[in-house]
Amino acid sequence: MTIRSIDEASIGTATVEHLDRGALSTSELAAVIARDIPDGSFVNLGIGQPTRVADYLSSEAGVVLHTENGMLNMGPAAQGLDVDPDLTNAGKVPVTELPGAAYFDQADSFAMMRGGHLDVCVLGAFQVSFSGDLANWHTGQLEAIPAVGGAMDLAMGSKVVFVMMSLFTKTGASKLVPTVTYPLTGVSCVSRVYSDYATFDLTADDVVIRETWGISVSALRKRIGP
Amino acid sequence: MSKAQVFESCDAAIEGIEDGSTILVGGFGLAGMPFDLIDALIRQGTNDLTIVSNNAGNSEVGLAALLKTGRVRKVVCSFPRQPDSYIFDDLYRSGEIELELVPQGNLAERMRAAGAGIGAFYCPTAVGTPLAEGREVRTIEGRDYLLEYPIRGDYALISAHKADPMGNLVYRKTARNFGPVMATAAATTIAQVSEVVPLGSLDAEAVVTPSIYVDRIVPVDTRRYTVQGAR
Repeated sequence: MTIRSIDEASIGTATVEHLDRGALSTSELAAVIARDIPDGSFVNLGIGQPTRVADYLSSEAGVVLHTENGMLNMGPAAQGLDVDPDLTNAGKVPVTELPGAAYFDQADSFAMMRGGHLDVCVLGAFQVSFSGDLANWHTGQLEAIPAVGGAMDLAMGSKVVFVMMSLFTKTGASKLVPTVTYPLTGVSCVSRVYSDYATFDLTADDVVIRETWGISVSALRKRIGP
Repeated sequence: MSKAQVFESCDAAIEGIEDGSTILVGGFGLAGMPFDLIDALIRQGTNDLTIVSNNAGNSEVGLAALLKTGRVRKVVCSFPRQPDSYIFDDLYRSGEIELELVPQGNLAERMRAAGAGIGAFYCPTAVGTPLAEGREVRTIEGRDYLLEYPIRGDYALISAHKADPMGNLVYRKTARNFGPVMATAAATTIAQVSEVVPLGSLDAEAVVTPSIYVDRIVPVDTRRYTVQGAR
């Protein structure tokens, strides 16, 4: 397993290094992800940071948001009088419906994931391995109360799994790692990692750095090893 | 019985639930939670229960209030830990409640299997994770799957929007969540509804849960509650 930049991978375009600026903010990262979601996709945005991607999807793109508690074509968060306790997203936040929305029960909601009908999901992560193993549901600490929700179903069911995360922990350790040390959510399921410092394609053989912000490819390689 | 029984009170509607029962409780967080049926169950005093539900209670209402009575032996759910799940958290940390953690889609599909007469099924979710430990793995056309067994309830307590006197149900928005699948998976399904409408006034094309799955219905006043995260 090696970490390469795009030019070394001979794809024809070079890795873009943005060295005239710092790392991406969460909003900027959300915009980068939104830009890469194909028009017309059916997309599930995970609880937490990935929810922000919705703010950067244009209505012309025709992306349909799936929320696993049972809805397609979910609209933005509900405000004030629009708050309806019977209409929430998977994070239990009140939301709205867009024209063309559909409601369905839990068995249907997860059947459409596992059945290969959902094009993209964007999930947060504690760690991702070079080969695309995902850890995002449990810190593994003994006193922690485990809660998995739909994370494992999404990881295995979505056609494409994007991860949105900060690249480094508070102590500076890389969260993109040779081997995941947290309890696994899914095996070899992540195809791309979007982080504040760089985006990575995870292939069967190696990690390809697509784009960097505020750090050079060579400096990035040193920080994430191996 | 071809027709659901319509009850005037939740206390009457839940009569007969025995100690040691497994009860499927609808709702995703508070949306779709059968608050009034749960309150009746608390008044009834049934003990040693196994509760199957997506979450393990919010704040001190509904399922959380039932857990607080100490009468629940085991919870089967996908997402117990929430910012306001402190009643469950304390019970779990002190070892007073058992937890079977099931991924949300498997929770739904295992109940669907129970309702559809499926003996077991193979599912790719959770392969290679700690939740797969000790479970049978089968490779089918090059992909690994875990063997999953049905989850049956003695009772299902669910909340729907409207019923007709036959027991046909329609739901409202994402409050539908686990209601339809739980209705199929229990020996006795009890639904609280905002309104029982006259026979023939539900659009038969729009019925979500057909009456064959519903045994008892009880109209309740719509409860307004604050949703976590509401702005």
